[in-house]
Amino acid sequence: MSGLIGKKIGMTSIYDASGKNIPCTVIEAGPCVVTQIRTLEKDGYEAIQLAFDDKSEKRTTKALKQHFAKAKTTPKRILKEFTRFEERKSFGDVLTVDVFIEGEYIDVSGISKGKGFQGVVKRHGFAGVGDQTHGQHNRLRAPGSLGASSYPSRVFKGMRMAGHMGSNKVKIINLKVLKLIPEKNIVIVNGSVPGPSGSYLILERWK
Amino acid sequence: MNRSEVMHFVKSTMTQKKDFPPFKAGDTIRVSYKIIEGNKERIQHFQGVVLQRKGSYTTETFTIRKMSGNIGVERIMPISSPFIEEITVMKRGVVRRARIFYLRALKGKKAKIKEKKF
Repeated sequence: MSGLIGKKIGMTSIYDASGKNIPCTVIEAGPCVVTQIRTLEKDGYEAIQLAFDDKSEKRTTKALKQHFAKAKTTPKRILKEFTRFEERKSFGDVLTVDVFIEGEYIDVSGISKGKGFQGVVKRHGFAGVGDQTHGQHNRLRAPGSLGASSYPSRVFKGMRMAGHMGSNKVKIINLKVLKLIPEKNIVIVNGSVPGPSGSYLILERWK
Repeated sequence: MNRSEVMHFVKSTMTQKKDFPPFKAGDTIRVSYKIIEGNKERIQHFQGVVLQRKGSYTTETFTIRKMSGNIGVERIMPISSPFIEEITVMKRGVVRRARIFYLRALKGKKAKIKEKKF
C-alpha cells in the first residue's frame, strides 16, 4: 500500500484526449513527513505515521512540538498512521505525489458533509406516506408504521428513523488519477470525493 | 497558494482557453463545430440567438436557440469544448437582460430582437 494525506481543493472538469468532458476533483496532497515508525517489536504492529499541512508553532502543544522536532520538521496539523506501507520508509522522509502514477486507481476517504438532523425520506430514502390530497393531512414525509402490535410489543433495534445525517467517514474506491502536478503537489482524480472543499482526505493505493 | 489560486492554476493549465469574439445574450452567432462520424470528421454549423452565458472561465457554457421550422431547438455548449472550431457573431442584439428566456414564449414578429446600431 502507498498513501498520502491531502486536502480537497475543489471540483472542475477537464477534457480528455478524445474530447470528453470529465468531472474531476483537485486535491492538494503532500508533502507528508514520516514522523514516527511503528514496529512489530515495540508497538505490536507495523505502520508509519505521516504528518501534513503546516500550523503555527504557537498553536502547538509542547509535547507535539518535541514530536515534530524529533523528525526535524515544523508542526503539522494532521497526523495519520498508514499500515502495510509497501516501501520501507525511514524517520523524517518526505513523501510527495510521486508515490502515485498517472492512470492508476486510488481510494480516497474523508468526512462527508454534515446534513444535520434529517427525516427518513432524505436519510433512508423512504417514500413518505401516500398522497398530498384525498384528506391527507400533515404526515406527508412521515415514516409510517414502526412495526406490528401486541407481538412483538416493541420496536426492533436498528429500525431506520430520523436522526443525524452526514459527517461520516466515507471512502470512495477506485478513483482514476487523471493528472499529477508534482511542482504544485496536486493530484487530479476522476469524480467526486467526500467532504467540503478544504477538508482533509486520505489517499491510498492498494495493489 | 490559497484554494482559489490553485483552482485557477489547474483550470488554466489543464484546459486551453480559446479566443472567440465577445458575445452576449441577444446576439446571433454561428458556431462551427466538429462532428466525428466513424473516422471521418466534418464541420457543422449552428446559427441562433444566445439565450445566456453561464459559469466562468474554462467551465463556462452558453445556450443558443434557433427556430427549425416552427420548432425551437436549443443547444448548450461548453465554451472551451475542443469540438468548437469557430464562433462568428452575425448580429449584435439589443436586450436588457443577461438571460433572455422570455424569448421562448414569443413567436413571429415578437420574437425579433432589435439589432444594435453602431
